[in-house]
Amino acid sequence: MAEINREEVAHLARLAHIDMNAEELDRMAGELAVIVDSIKRVSEVAGDEIPATSHPIPLSNVYREDVVGETLTNEEALSGAPDNADGRFKVPAILDGE
Amino acid sequence: MSMATEEILTFEEALEKYDPVLGFEVHVELNTRTKMFSSAPNAFGDTPNTNVTPVDLGLPGVLPVVNRVAVESSIKIGLALGCKIAEKCYFARKNYFYPDTPKNFQTSQFEDPIAYDGSIDIELADGTVFRVEIERAHMEEDAGKLTHMGGSTGRIQGAEYSLVDYNRSGVPLVEIVTKPIVGAGARAPELAKAYVAAIREVVKNLGVSDARMERGNVRCDANVSLKPKGQEKFGTRTETKNVNSLRAVEHAVRYEIQRHAAVLDSGTAIVQETRHWHEDTRSTTSGRPKSDADDYRYFPEPDLVPIVTTEEWIERLRSELPEPPAERRKRLQQDWGYSDAEFRDVVNAGVMSSIEDTIAAGVKPAVARKWWMGEISRRAKVADVEPSELGVTPELIVELNSLIESGKINDKLSREVLDGVLAGEGTPTEVVEARGLAVVSDDGPLLEAIDAALAAQPDVADKIRGGKVQAVGAIVGGVMKATRGQADAGRVRELILQRLGVEG
Repeated sequence: MAEINREEVAHLARLAHIDMNAEELDRMAGELAVIVDSIKRVSEVAGDEIPATSHPIPLSNVYREDVVGETLTNEEALSGAPDNADGRFKVPAILDGE
Repeated sequence: MSMATEEILTFEEALEKYDPVLGFEVHVELNTRTKMFSSAPNAFGDTPNTNVTPVDLGLPGVLPVVNRVAVESSIKIGLALGCKIAEKCYFARKNYFYPDTPKNFQTSQFEDPIAYDGSIDIELADGTVFRVEIERAHMEEDAGKLTHMGGSTGRIQGAEYSLVDYNRSGVPLVEIVTKPIVGAGARAPELAKAYVAAIREVVKNLGVSDARMERGNVRCDANVSLKPKGQEKFGTRTETKNVNSLRAVEHAVRYEIQRHAAVLDSGTAIVQETRHWHEDTRSTTSGRPKSDADDYRYFPEPDLVPIVTTEEWIERLRSELPEPPAERRKRLQQDWGYSDAEFRDVVNAGVMSSIEDTIAAGVKPAVARKWWMGEISRRAKVADVEPSELGVTPELIVELNSLIESGKINDKLSREVLDGVLAGEGTPTEVVEARGLAVVSDDGPLLEAIDAALAAQPDVADKIRGGKVQAVGAIVGGVMKATRGQADAGRVRELILQRLGVEG
């Protein structure tokens, strides 16, 4: 069984901006350990000679020509924003207390 | 933010004890018509949040599609830097939360950049060549533009809120990363500036970027560390972010060398962190701590399929590359017969291409240089524009020059003719006629003016008669003044000496 401790989960939660309490961290540590073990089993059959897959369908080189298409208007762009000013998205202070 | 001025050593003191090691990350914005992953226009200065599609705003359910031209431009940059081009590469998500990135990740490349293992030869002002090794060049997308409001300084510190314009979000970027640069010593700041200038020149020459630093088309993060002389192991580095003019790159590297030296001398360790450059105080302040592997939780971008290059594709792109800037300069200097100093001045003044066009139109190299480095550069300086932006065409110089060679106007009048043409008064010939600028070549009026000048300065006339031929300048000056500069000074001199019966 893989060892995932509470601090590691807390670190991931911080990176992902997810609030988690102590109970949740402990539960998630256990669940993540199960996931890590499952993924490990894949490595048992897929050795170094098997290249990592980023995409399940063997496609490559899908491109768009460099031609300007339709854009949103300023009003449309801002329509889903909680707040805006001067035609721009308004966001809370990025640094607080400094 | 700590505003206390940090201790620094003089540059000379720092260099006595330590060897600087440099590294650069230069971001180049490509000048494709559209963005990296969407068909929104890639344009500067438009109304905020109008050059956006749902892809650029990171709205749910959108699917990015790669811009073919952006990939080809990236490969061209790689080839121009002598890089190997990846046979197969991927995009990756670089995850972080910051309001300039609406998706909460930047689409970039991680383990397998499109181009890697290259080098570029950097020529310093005195002709010394320094080779800089290129680690990689990878494709990614630019972020939106933040404006911090409510603070006193427009800085992020103390701001009440920030405004975001996503027009720049998704603009194609190529990030060029060097290997550590050792051995530059005291020339490190100069090399830093020359390196960024060379990258700018390469991408401009390729035509893949507008390469205007003042618009952020080329942006530099400069890494500096010091190691005690003789030591192999590198010291801890700092990364000064977004140093966005050539002069600032030079100053920032110099400052960080001096600051590191003072920190190390005091027995303290350098903190591995980003630094912010301040143009006003020409110093850096602490940014955020930065580990070697920031926890960006990269993973392959599932919405974009791999890029597979073929030899055929790469060779076609290679065949489209223009002559490399360094080779072109060498060829032109040789063709034109300029001295090293003359040629360097021409390059630094940004008139090399203009001179090339002027010579191609039939003007002698020395004459073309005289025009572009002289009158045209002077006027450009006054107007605060680039010489090439004044609207002087090669044809204009051809015509001005033939007016001078045929004796219709002299050098002095030609300046006035140039003014007239630039003011929109017509061709040089038209300006000469309209302003009545033709040189007075009929000897009659000249002789009258000469006699008057001689009469006005009898003592000078006597000196000349007595054999002091160099005194003739005073009389020539009087005649030129009387004819408002429209006489041919050489002819005037001849006539004066004739009049006084003296051998020239």
